[in-house]
Amino acid sequence: MSTTNELDTVVLAEDLDSPKRAGAFRRLLRNPLGIGALITLTAIIVLGQSAPLFGVHEPAFSSLDAVNAPIGTPEYLLGGDQYGRDILARLLFSINVSLISGAIGAGVSIVIGTVFGLIAGYIGRTTDAVTSWVFNLLMTFPALVLVLVLYPVTGGSYQIMMVIFGIFLAPGTYRLVRNMVVGVRSELYVDAARVAGLSNRRILSRHILFVVRGPIIISVAFLASSAIGIQAGLAFLGLGSTLVPSFGSMTGDAFANIYLHPEQLVWPSLLLALLTGSVILLGNAYRDALAGPQTPVRRKRTAPPLARREGASSAEATTPTAALLSVRNLRVRYPQADGGEKYVVDGVSLDVAPGEVVGLVGESGSGKTQTAFSILGLLPPEAGVEADVLSLAGESLLGVSPKEMRRLRGGVVAYIPQEPMSNLDPSYTVGNQLVEGLLSSMSRREAKRTVLELLERVGIRDPDRVFASYPHQISGGMAQRVLIAGAVASRPKLLIADEPTTALDVTVQAEILDLLRSLQNEFGMGVLMVTHNFGVVADLCDRVVVMRDGRAVETGAVRDIFHHPSEEYTRELVGAILDEETVRTDPAPAPGAPSAKEATR
Amino acid sequence: MITYILRRLGAGLVLVFIVTAITFFLVHAAGVPVANNLAGPQATAEQIAAINAKLGLDRPVLEQYVTWISGFFTGDLGRSYFSSEPVVDAMASRLPVTLSVVVFAMIITLVISVVLGVAAAARRGPLDVVIQTIATISNVFPGIILGIVLVFIFAITLRLVPAVGYTPPTESVPKWLASIVLPAVVLSIGGIASLSAQIRGSMIDELGKDYIRTLRSRGVSERSILLRHALRNASGPAFTTFSLLFISLFGAALFVEKIFALPGYGTFGFTATVQGDLPIMLGLTLFAVCLVVVVNLLVDLVSGWLNPKARVS
Repeated sequence: MSTTNELDTVVLAEDLDSPKRAGAFRRLLRNPLGIGALITLTAIIVLGQSAPLFGVHEPAFSSLDAVNAPIGTPEYLLGGDQYGRDILARLLFSINVSLISGAIGAGVSIVIGTVFGLIAGYIGRTTDAVTSWVFNLLMTFPALVLVLVLYPVTGGSYQIMMVIFGIFLAPGTYRLVRNMVVGVRSELYVDAARVAGLSNRRILSRHILFVVRGPIIISVAFLASSAIGIQAGLAFLGLGSTLVPSFGSMTGDAFANIYLHPEQLVWPSLLLALLTGSVILLGNAYRDALAGPQTPVRRKRTAPPLARREGASSAEATTPTAALLSVRNLRVRYPQADGGEKYVVDGVSLDVAPGEVVGLVGESGSGKTQTAFSILGLLPPEAGVEADVLSLAGESLLGVSPKEMRRLRGGVVAYIPQEPMSNLDPSYTVGNQLVEGLLSSMSRREAKRTVLELLERVGIRDPDRVFASYPHQISGGMAQRVLIAGAVASRPKLLIADEPTTALDVTVQAEILDLLRSLQNEFGMGVLMVTHNFGVVADLCDRVVVMRDGRAVETGAVRDIFHHPSEEYTRELVGAILDEETVRTDPAPAPGAPSAKEATR
Repeated sequence: MITYILRRLGAGLVLVFIVTAITFFLVHAAGVPVANNLAGPQATAEQIAAINAKLGLDRPVLEQYVTWISGFFTGDLGRSYFSSEPVVDAMASRLPVTLSVVVFAMIITLVISVVLGVAAAARRGPLDVVIQTIATISNVFPGIILGIVLVFIFAITLRLVPAVGYTPPTESVPKWLASIVLPAVVLSIGGIASLSAQIRGSMIDELGKDYIRTLRSRGVSERSILLRHALRNASGPAFTTFSLLFISLFGAALFVEKIFALPGYGTFGFTATVQGDLPIMLGLTLFAVCLVVVVNLLVDLVSGWLNPKARVS
């Protein structure tokens, strides 16, 4: 017994582009399941239309001689039922009842849902609110209870029952159409049509209906099969005229006879399942055809995300360095839609010494964030990571187990994200999620005390209140302080900061940079600072690695890079700092000496 | 908060009024010959008139509705035309059967959907195929066919459970479970198809979000990421789907009860609707409306509680 709300999950998930539709029908025909369903459905429809031509008995004609006649009896090819009626005849004449039921149920739902969906989605405001309220209510109603209760109203006509049921199916279509119209309404071409003086009715029917027709066609399959199933169920219960043969009433009759002649159940069940099955599979095939040919590629399993060594490594590369972080020839690749692979990081090498701040600079898409995530082991599963050397605090990260990597993330290496608000779990308080990261190494009470101390240390004035706050109750700058506290809570040796100030207000940016500098001094952490901003580099970093198109194009001390960039690209990046004043020429403050600005927030 | 709940219940009352009125007048307009059904084919005109007078069917339709709705406010829903049993008693005595089946089906649906949905989101691959297969089966085979197939396999061929009938839990709990397990399984398949796909989808959305990566960067275990964080945030939409399923299962239960000859609302409502037993039909309608009002209210309250933003403000 399918429910109307399944429609949304089935259909809304598809992102449909109208140009794809041209080849959709042809793709449908190339799908074996689609063509099979189409042939089955056509065959059933033809059988149903030509039922009178088969020379079988009247479906309601009963003969005492044919009671429970076995299969193959002359004139009763599939035998007779317990009332002596010709099973084959009833089967053939049932087809049209099911087809009409499906057509009425789906038709009523589509017409009502589309008309109101177009109106509500296009006009919006109160109209939208009122119709949406009504349809939501209609959707929650147990349709079958009301169809049953309203049975006397139908006078036994299955067609009227299907009209009533179609009304209860309408909310699915309504929501589908309304949501799509709301999405399309603000598109430029609709605006253009409006400016060109087209009437609302014309815009709705010409432009908007065109876009929503794909999903509607798909939903017809689900609506029709749902209506066919419900009609069968109602007839199975014995609702409806006994004169009308249908799969449901045949199944019901045979079910009463199940101990004597279970084989009589097979025919109506089989044909009913074939009918709804071919409708559904045809709908599925059409949906897949619309979704385009690239779908199967996504299923491919790719290499595990673990870093692994590939190729012979040179003696120079394997020599352990004094570096906290050592990366040699790092490559990160992603599978492409066409089945090939693309390297987004291709041969990056860099080192971070203990207590050193290294900037990783480049424009968007240069691979700097991918480099950072591959050190943290936080790339998505489809990414493949390779390197000659990838070691952190003397431990190689190549081929390390997920459990071991988790231990390193909880203690040795930490991460500060770019966008503070989206990086806190909205369902838990700030304190709750910060404490969780510490529980592997200390008790809950100890963890809470540590977190409160840290919240104060990162410049939050009322740590107790923030500790008990949900993320939506604090400001972006505050959230970034919280995330910094979360990152340094485990006293990491290496801090990886991914554009930690980009999403913040300019005034807050400076405060956060000051905070990072003072924490770095206090804890003596190595920092890998991912940024596109040379101002930040100048402010904070000792050395800098410039990335472009997945490669490290230049590496050196900050001062050298600023004054004598050897690459044209670096020159351009440096030149992108409009305010030359931000380039500091004085030496970095001595470790342990907090800067004057940091004392207060 | 209390005013909010009262306002919602007040709106629910208006809905009761509208829906029962529509049912009442539509069924009246259909003109089911109740008195003829009661008196039998040989009844004289006087006998029929006497029955109509006794049931109050000779009075104006509007007056009959006013009588019914005022009875509703005093907790009296009238008596069945046919058995003379008070509607409230008749419904109360059959509710446990329907509720057993529906609640059992919902438990099966919830447990399997959460396990399948979470596992499929975490692992992808073969489990996705399992979910899609369940969805296709539930779409392809109408519920009655699934029911019949299960009865045939488990009750008639294997004789593991009784094919039909109901044993109350007060009599024997194992027999009670045996009598509702097949109907509950039939009912739950459609629900598992939609709920597991819903949970899988929301879980995949949540697992792709930034805060999950940040939690991972603090060394939080994968188990906690999945169950404590991602599932918690995915539970809002899943809960709405679950509640819609709960309501729709009461409708589907009517059919399934008939297949398994369970003496719940299915058989009861079916007989009433064929005979034109209006008080019983109104009772069922009222039950459906109340179910919708109460479940929708609970959904909104629980969703508000699940979402800290809505909870605090």
